[in-house]
Amino acid sequence: MLRFLGFRLLRAAVTIVLVVSFAFVVLRLSGDPAQIIMGADAPPEAIAAFRRAWGLEEPLWLQYLRYFGAILSGDLGRSMRDGREAIALVAERIPATLALTIPALLIKLGLGIPAGITAALHRNSLTDRVVMMLAVAGFTVPSFVLGLLLVLVFAVQLGWLPSGGQEGWRHAILPIVTMGIGGAAVLARFTRSAMLEVLGQPYIRTASAKGVPWRAVVWGHALPNAAIPTVTIIGFMVGSLIAGAVVVESVFSWPGVGRLLVVAVANRDLAVVQCILLLVAATMVTANLVVDLLYGALDPRLRQRTA
Amino acid sequence: MSEPLIALRGLTVDFDGAPALRGIDLAVAPGEALGLVGESGCGKSVTWLAALGLLPGRARVGGSVRLGGEELLGAPPALLDRVRGGRVAMIFQDPASSLNPVHRIGRQVAEALGLHRGLRGAAARAEARRLLDQVGIPDAGRRLDAYPHELSGGQSQRVMIAMALAGRPELLVADEPTTALDVTIQAQILDLLGALRRETGMALVLISHDLGVVAETCERVAVMYAGRIVEEAPVGRLFDRPTHPYTQGLLGALPPLDGPRRPLAAIPGGVPEPGAMPPGCAFAPRCPQAMAACAAGVPEAIAVEPGHAAACLRAARALVPA
Repeated sequence: MLRFLGFRLLRAAVTIVLVVSFAFVVLRLSGDPAQIIMGADAPPEAIAAFRRAWGLEEPLWLQYLRYFGAILSGDLGRSMRDGREAIALVAERIPATLALTIPALLIKLGLGIPAGITAALHRNSLTDRVVMMLAVAGFTVPSFVLGLLLVLVFAVQLGWLPSGGQEGWRHAILPIVTMGIGGAAVLARFTRSAMLEVLGQPYIRTASAKGVPWRAVVWGHALPNAAIPTVTIIGFMVGSLIAGAVVVESVFSWPGVGRLLVVAVANRDLAVVQCILLLVAATMVTANLVVDLLYGALDPRLRQRTA
Repeated sequence: MSEPLIALRGLTVDFDGAPALRGIDLAVAPGEALGLVGESGCGKSVTWLAALGLLPGRARVGGSVRLGGEELLGAPPALLDRVRGGRVAMIFQDPASSLNPVHRIGRQVAEALGLHRGLRGAAARAEARRLLDQVGIPDAGRRLDAYPHELSGGQSQRVMIAMALAGRPELLVADEPTTALDVTIQAQILDLLGALRRETGMALVLISHDLGVVAETCERVAVMYAGRIVEEAPVGRLFDRPTHPYTQGLLGALPPLDGPRRPLAAIPGGVPEPGAMPPGCAFAPRCPQAMAACAAGVPEAIAVEPGHAAACLRAARALVPA
């Protein structure tokens, strides 16, 4: 178990290093922050001074080493725009993002899993078809389209809800629903196919053959097995609690981490972008780690192999 | 036969309009060991899955299945749940995947004990342990906490049998219980089934494509072909004097243990597709003794002798004095 955990932790660390390095290189190669932040009309001396101040004239490898050294000592750099610490800038946006993504996750779980189970239990019935039709619609429509559609109906036409901004809980409803629907659709499809796979297994027939009532077969025998593949996708959703709202935050002008990322990328505000990517990589990797551990708890076959 | 324990009458099954069973009449007496043989796809397993209501929803089942005084077809779920694993237990071909991989085997056996004998907690555990002992699992006390993947195929089948015994069934339906196991384990499992039958007095239906397995274990045999029973007789009689040409073909395909070597006689042709049954006798197109009349109508089973019936026109004609 300790070896398993150690191996996973090492893999997680390597993943984070790779993500951060990749972001570093791409950002440095994709445009000059000095030009963008100072503006096209800035005098060359000012730009040169800016580049010197932020160490942008040094060779890339030296910048990279400095950057990593700083990260290891806990310094994630400062925003090139307003000089504040990147980590503080990002941290103050996190609550706003979580205020959308956590309720959205609850919708995904609360709607997607029961819908998937119901569809699987009534395979090929009208219920199944309706649920699956909605699910296909739900995840083929991109979230920005769905978001605009909801704005059109509930904000513009009906005038029930605000179309954007962050002044109160009513402003959060449309973005939450937009994210929730897409995720619930994915989860419904995933849960349905996992359930169908499990319901076709011989041990389900065994349970029925020994007289277990159908409800108990579903709850006691099918669900614990179907949970194993479903946990993967849920882990992915939990992992994207911070990163998953980029599009929706932009559509609804919600001042969360996602919008900060979009603005920071546009401005080539390197430290802020890197700080967000580091955070995203870390949450994703952590969620994955938890999923791996959950697998062990759910599936005794894996527990033994990895122990 | 005395009052049968379970009687199937005119049992039919359709899958999406394709007939899988075309009228099965079969009865099992208390304590009897009946073999059900035939090649894969002839409906052996479907017969018993249908009788216990274990087929998927798209299967349309007709006819009658009476257990004692109770009709099982169309019975309410509560009655079926009481019968399944209670009066009638069933074990399957692939023991490894027939056990739930996420539950300990003790729990899986105890579940049946709780359902049919009301045993819970320590009492259920003690009884589960006794059952594992009874089916010959070494170190039963520790094995209760094992997961299915920690068992061999033979041990898994023993666990399945223990689970089946938990409800003290009057009938155990064993669907190809040894097909997935190697030969030595196969013999052990068959011995175990025989011994348990003597100990408990339960009846046994052994579904198999292996005539040898059936000959060793059963008293009576029913031969199935394309969704019907074509011949039914006591084991010795069936092997000595097979009447239906299909049974004759099956026995002819067995390698002889003594005597000169000879090529094995395969039955020419293949089993007809469920959607494309020939008119009349389903075996007629492959039958070396077919006559024009065979294509005219499906032959009824007739008693060649008390306890020995065959569904063949030639058998019927042989009975009529010329």
